[in-house]
Amino acid sequence: MLLFSKIWKTGIATEILQAGDPAAIEIGRALEQRIKRLFGRALAIREVDAGSCNGCELEITGLTSPIYDMERFGMHFVASPRHADMLLVTGPVTRNMEIPLRRTYEAAASPKFVVAVGDCAKTCGVFKGSYAVVGPVDQVIPVDISIAGCPPEPTDILRGILEGLDRFSEKRGTAAPTLEPAKAVR
Amino acid sequence: MSRYLAIALQTLVAVALAPALVGFIRWLKARLQGRRGAPPWQPYFEIRKLFGKEAVVSHTASWIFNVTPFVVFGTSVLVASLVPLIIAPSGPFLVGDLFATVYLLLLGTFFLALAGLDTGSPFGGMGASREMTVVALTEPTVALSIVALALNAGSTSFSQIVARTLAEPRAALGPGHVLAFAALFIVTLAETGRLPVDNPSTHLELTMIHEAMILEYSGPYLALIEWGAALKLLVFLSLAANLFVPWGIASSLSPVALTIGFVSLIAKLGVLAVVIAVLETRVAKLRLFRVPELLSASFVLAALAVMSTVLAR
Amino acid sequence: MAFGSSALIVMVVGYTGGACLSLLAPSERLARAFTALGAVAGCVGGLAAAAGVLATRVPVEAMLPSLVSAAGGIVIRLDMLGAFFLVLIAAVGLLAAIYGITYTAEYEGRHSLRLFGLMFNGFLLGMTLVPCAANVFTFLLAWELMAVTSYFLVMTESEHLETRHAGLWYAVMTHFGFLLLLPMFLMMAPGGDATTFADLRAGAALMPAETRSGVFLLALVAFGSKAGIVPLHVWLPRAHPAAPSHISALMSGVMIKLGVYGLLRVVVDFLGTGPAWWGGLVLAAGSLSALGGVLYALTENDLKRLLAYSSVENIGVILLGIGAGLVLQSYGLRALALVGFGAALLHTLNHACFKALLFLATGNVLHEAHTRNMEQMGGLIKGMPQTAILFLIGSAAAAALPPLNGFASEWMVFQALLSGAQIPQPEVAIGTPLAIGVLALTSGLAAVCFVKAFGISFLAMPRSDNAAHAREAHWSSRAVMGVFAAGCVVLGLMAPHTLSGIYRIVESLSPRTPPAPSAAVGSVWLVAPNGIAQVSPLLIACFLTSVIVVLVAVLRVRGVELRHADTWGCGRIQQTARMEYTSSAFAEPLRRVFSELYRPTEDLSISVHPESRYFVRSITYTSQVVPWIERAFYDPVARGMFACATQVRRLQGGSVHLYLLYLAGALMVALASAWWFK
Repeated sequence: MLLFSKIWKTGIATEILQAGDPAAIEIGRALEQRIKRLFGRALAIREVDAGSCNGCELEITGLTSPIYDMERFGMHFVASPRHADMLLVTGPVTRNMEIPLRRTYEAAASPKFVVAVGDCAKTCGVFKGSYAVVGPVDQVIPVDISIAGCPPEPTDILRGILEGLDRFSEKRGTAAPTLEPAKAVR
Repeated sequence: MSRYLAIALQTLVAVALAPALVGFIRWLKARLQGRRGAPPWQPYFEIRKLFGKEAVVSHTASWIFNVTPFVVFGTSVLVASLVPLIIAPSGPFLVGDLFATVYLLLLGTFFLALAGLDTGSPFGGMGASREMTVVALTEPTVALSIVALALNAGSTSFSQIVARTLAEPRAALGPGHVLAFAALFIVTLAETGRLPVDNPSTHLELTMIHEAMILEYSGPYLALIEWGAALKLLVFLSLAANLFVPWGIASSLSPVALTIGFVSLIAKLGVLAVVIAVLETRVAKLRLFRVPELLSASFVLAALAVMSTVLAR
Repeated sequence: MAFGSSALIVMVVGYTGGACLSLLAPSERLARAFTALGAVAGCVGGLAAAAGVLATRVPVEAMLPSLVSAAGGIVIRLDMLGAFFLVLIAAVGLLAAIYGITYTAEYEGRHSLRLFGLMFNGFLLGMTLVPCAANVFTFLLAWELMAVTSYFLVMTESEHLETRHAGLWYAVMTHFGFLLLLPMFLMMAPGGDATTFADLRAGAALMPAETRSGVFLLALVAFGSKAGIVPLHVWLPRAHPAAPSHISALMSGVMIKLGVYGLLRVVVDFLGTGPAWWGGLVLAAGSLSALGGVLYALTENDLKRLLAYSSVENIGVILLGIGAGLVLQSYGLRALALVGFGAALLHTLNHACFKALLFLATGNVLHEAHTRNMEQMGGLIKGMPQTAILFLIGSAAAAALPPLNGFASEWMVFQALLSGAQIPQPEVAIGTPLAIGVLALTSGLAAVCFVKAFGISFLAMPRSDNAAHAREAHWSSRAVMGVFAAGCVVLGLMAPHTLSGIYRIVESLSPRTPPAPSAAVGSVWLVAPNGIAQVSPLLIACFLTSVIVVLVAVLRVRGVELRHADTWGCGRIQQTARMEYTSSAFAEPLRRVFSELYRPTEDLSISVHPESRYFVRSITYTSQVVPWIERAFYDPVARGMFACATQVRRLQGGSVHLYLLYLAGALMVALASAWWFK
């Protein structure tokens, strides 16, 4: 019963998704209209850790929390790339993860697109030039959207995906946060 | 309106409503978790999207992999036309009874398990093994609940059971009925893959039972399987509702009766969906090897239901 | 009648001719041909005779009183019940004989095909004479002929130690049953001359209640050991895998049903009604066999042993039907009892059909994969597509999935048990729901078992080279299996038709019963007692097919892009057959759930590097499930028997003088007892 009384008192904690620094998001290849129409309302995401330090993963985990709540935009994580529409890749691609990353991309069913999250995925970040690293993600699989940051904020990640799908302006979402407001967006 | 047309409409309504039921439960759970969540009609968008994708089939898979989504969906649709959703089927249109329903659903699970093994993936095999174990262990509970109901009604056919409860409202509160309902509810959770038996939204393959079998499916095949699973949930919940609380079910084919039947079905499904959402928020998933304990508890409930029905006569 | 007798003569001549000709055949190829020819001729004759009896409902009689007249001579009377079992024997025998032509080709040069042909035809002759027999001598003669010939057939591949052990177990258990048959018949026929079945039937009505119960118990144990009820089933999982596949099909599909025939003949026909505890005992035996059979089938990796245990399970289901019938009969509900017996006979027919199919398909698989171990198979569906689909039909029928035949008969058994639950007696009211629960659990577990059998053997990737290079068998064996598969489908869809025929057969046993409850209503509905619940396998099949066709058409029209890719293996570099799920792993959750019953033995040995025990060289893990009834009961009995035999061996001193002393002593005892009993 304590659980339900706490649920009642907390209420809905989701925050409005604000517009932020546009420089963080780079849309490399504009997605086809077909993909935007298909995935606009329902998107299945498969996250691939290609050797990251897990800093980006922690931010990505925040996406499913009540505060950022990506499910309200119709996005959800899936376990198998066969079910996925989009690959969310983090980390400089290490040698050991090069083939698995490629396989994950091949296993996903078309149409699909790729979002690279974090400085490591975009430019190898602090691991640039390391003997264990193959190169940024776009050297292994084609990347459509890049989100810079070390690590990027969950709002940036969300905005990046939504802007890529041309759905950002519509999906602002509403919220009545009763917890202390999260750090203001950049 | 002819009976055939009415049954066909009932089936179509069930097929159309199934994703909304799953979406509603998900939306409720989201709200209970303090977040907005996707709207209750989100599964329709997902199904539409899946139909627009390609289907990837593994090299090691055989024709069984391709056939399974159709068998799973087909058996769910056939069962939806058998069970009393809006009208209680009876007379010349009756193709089966409770036992036939259970075995038809078993047919779907049989093929799904084979498809899980077909791809050669260890997760598929694991899912197949676990799912068949859970289904096998729920069978005696279902049989005994059917017996408890049939002993009162004198038959295992739906129309008789529904008619009997409508005729004798006091029997609905009897211990036999209540215990059988509890047993069937636990079976519903087990067969449709809800907590505490199986977490429908897990991403950890080693904790999956139903999802592990469908990891290889994509595109329209995946859409059919997900839709079939949603339909199975709708069928089980309607069975639980309409066998034990049948008021509102249409006994004639007039438009008024059918509308009342439809509205009462929605109401009962809504109540049960709230119960499931609250239960899934409150309860954690059971370890796989504790699930047989839960299922034996449901068997004991069903056995008690039979005994109290026998002693009450 | 002339038709019936001539058909019987054709039958006997066919079998004996086949036996003699194959024994005297100049070459092994001709021996194979003669075996099949004789068997086919005999089976056709048998089918004709049985069809005649079933159609005209007039029994066929024949007699040879002069042959061994001291024991009563040979008396044959084929009535409707016998004709039903004769149809079973002849149909399965015919198809198995055709299958055997190509299957036994691999025995050429290694085993004597002439002896095989002799024994095969003798086996068919023995089995055929059992349901025809109308006096004690003929029955026992046919029974023993069947046992001896099948022993030799089981021992065909006697180069394996396992086969020789199987033969020994089989011989011991079958003669144990035979030894119990003798006192049973003695109790029923106290008079020396009156040994025909008609006399026994008449005499049974006059027996006191204790004698009737004694006869019932002896019949249950004796015929039960032939049928394979737990705990007398131990020979089944040894003998059936050891025999050649079409012999296993015959033994599993037909021979064990003759135990059911014997039980029905003695208990339902001769004894008529009895107290309710008879039915209760049969229900308990049936439940035990059904559960025990399927539970041990689950943990088996040997495909043929799995099928053998599944036969034990199905015999349990048949006994559940018979038990329901007996219980209902003892409470005077004769019309409902008819349903119980009818369901049991229907399941007998259905099981013969799908089990023969499964064994023959396994024979094909064995031929290619050279192993019975499922852990070495896999991916056979690619190389043997037709065998695979036929095995799938058999598996689906065995798992009682609609609309095939297994579902129809299990549904009827459920309904028969349910009508028993209406009886107000507390023991019955508690016992029948329990039996229903057991039956439901059994069919669920059977579904798991056959998913495992088909899935691990035929699907995914091959686990051995032999499996990777498997090819289809000869077209004749596929054609034979196709007939069985068609039988499964047709028997499923036309179940109501078959059932109404079976009701007439059961009615013929006791003319006093009222007619079957609305069994002749249409040909589409399977009707429960009192006609309240009904199911139509035909309509289910129609609707399911139409829904699936509509779906497929919609997707075709819409267009689905299909791409072939590797299995998703979490990005693993290499996906090999070693990463697939194994047969033991599949059964592991259930093994854990029922670990108290299985009590598996586990043996783990780890060999480490001599320099450091942190470097492991190899790990060997062996786990075995030995049925505890064998450990607890049969092992001590066997040890005791061998101990006694060792003691008795002391009598063989080896000295001629000792033997002469024995002879003299025996003569003295004989003279003394002759004088005493003068």
